[in-house]
Amino acid sequence: MEWRDEGVVIGVRPHGETSAIAEILTAEHGRYLGMVRGGRSRHMRPVLQPGNLVMVTWRARLEEHMGTFQLEALSLKAGFILAHPLRLAGLNTLMAMAQMMPEREPHPRLYNAAHVVLSQMEDDAVWPALLVRWEMGLLDELGFGLDLSRCAATGQGDDLAYVSPRSGRAVSKGAGLPYHERLFLLPAFLNGEEGFVVADVLEGFKLTGFFLERHVYGPRQIQMPQARAWLCENLKEQMAA
Amino acid sequence: MKRQAGPEIERLILLLSKIPGLGPRSARRAVLHLVKNRDKLLGPLASALADAHDKVSECSTCGNVDTLNPCTICSDVRRDKTILCVVEEVGDLWALERASAWGGQYHVLGGTLSALGGVRPEDLDIDQLVSRCAQGHIKEVVLATNATVEGQTTAHYITDRLKKLGIATSRLAHGVPVGGELDYLDEGTLTQAIRARRPF
Repeated sequence: MEWRDEGVVIGVRPHGETSAIAEILTAEHGRYLGMVRGGRSRHMRPVLQPGNLVMVTWRARLEEHMGTFQLEALSLKAGFILAHPLRLAGLNTLMAMAQMMPEREPHPRLYNAAHVVLSQMEDDAVWPALLVRWEMGLLDELGFGLDLSRCAATGQGDDLAYVSPRSGRAVSKGAGLPYHERLFLLPAFLNGEEGFVVADVLEGFKLTGFFLERHVYGPRQIQMPQARAWLCENLKEQMAA
Repeated sequence: MKRQAGPEIERLILLLSKIPGLGPRSARRAVLHLVKNRDKLLGPLASALADAHDKVSECSTCGNVDTLNPCTICSDVRRDKTILCVVEEVGDLWALERASAWGGQYHVLGGTLSALGGVRPEDLDIDQLVSRCAQGHIKEVVLATNATVEGQTTAHYITDRLKKLGIATSRLAHGVPVGGELDYLDEGTLTQAIRARRPF
């Protein structure tokens, strides 16, 4: 068995003294684990950093085997991100969230979205909102997508301002105003409008965080990644400054 | 597998084969060498191992391993007590000592924060580091964590914690290693090296 695909390194753990088990989010094969022989060598360590884009060749005798990876660096993003605490928190969040995806199930839309987030990481005015959108996409691909197309109460498709925590559906401003304390604010950038401020991004993270906790992390009894909390704290500090 | 020697020798081979860098074959060769040099090597090695087992402990101040507590580095009066170098593991401390690159104190964290591996701040010696810095005599902390995503995440977290104490922090430079060829360096390292260029 053999295939070749493009992917993003999302995790690495040592295996023995010289090898590593790499976790890679690939474009057409989904989240895959494989052994990288010599993965702990000086040559391979810079390549096996989370966030790096690689060309992967997977080989195994049988489909159900874990198999081995042969990796070739395409774009080493991690190096650019290391010096920036906010970007590093964003990268850690993205990588930890990607680990929630089912193994060996292709999700090309989510892969492409992750690729876009990583490629925009040098622009702090853009990537946080893209990361919120990516989390929305993750919920969607896992089968818990939010319906933000029309109001759950009136059916109208415009003037949407809130999201119901019960149904995960959008609520219009008029219908939601009397209950606004119990509803999530719907950031305009999630509703197709252009432009956003940090406060919108934080509202977006609050919204996705609630549903990720309810549908993804809670049932598995695992905690949300701490990097996500650091990211939100950093964004709040940025907003205060 | 068929036994080739008595249980004492087999046990020695088994134990040695668990040491990093040694496999069953190399452990067998090492044991054979030890047995052949029984008086010159095996006896002294056995007593050195017994001494190390009895006396080695973790330094209560910095986390280094030594036969003294506080360790040799912490109790050295010639070292600058106002500057502190934070490293991930004892091996990193030894590497800096080998290079004679640092004349201050150390603090060993015992690992790095890892969102993916589930390592949280309370799993590392970060609280001890903060309380050590809060005592007042530390002026600068050098973060010598590895240039990996996890190492730098840890460095940023510590910087955040120390900011509240008003202590200056710095980190190791990233760039072209001695003997390194630009053609073989990753883009990240090259970018960091260009950004951190110095007058020549």
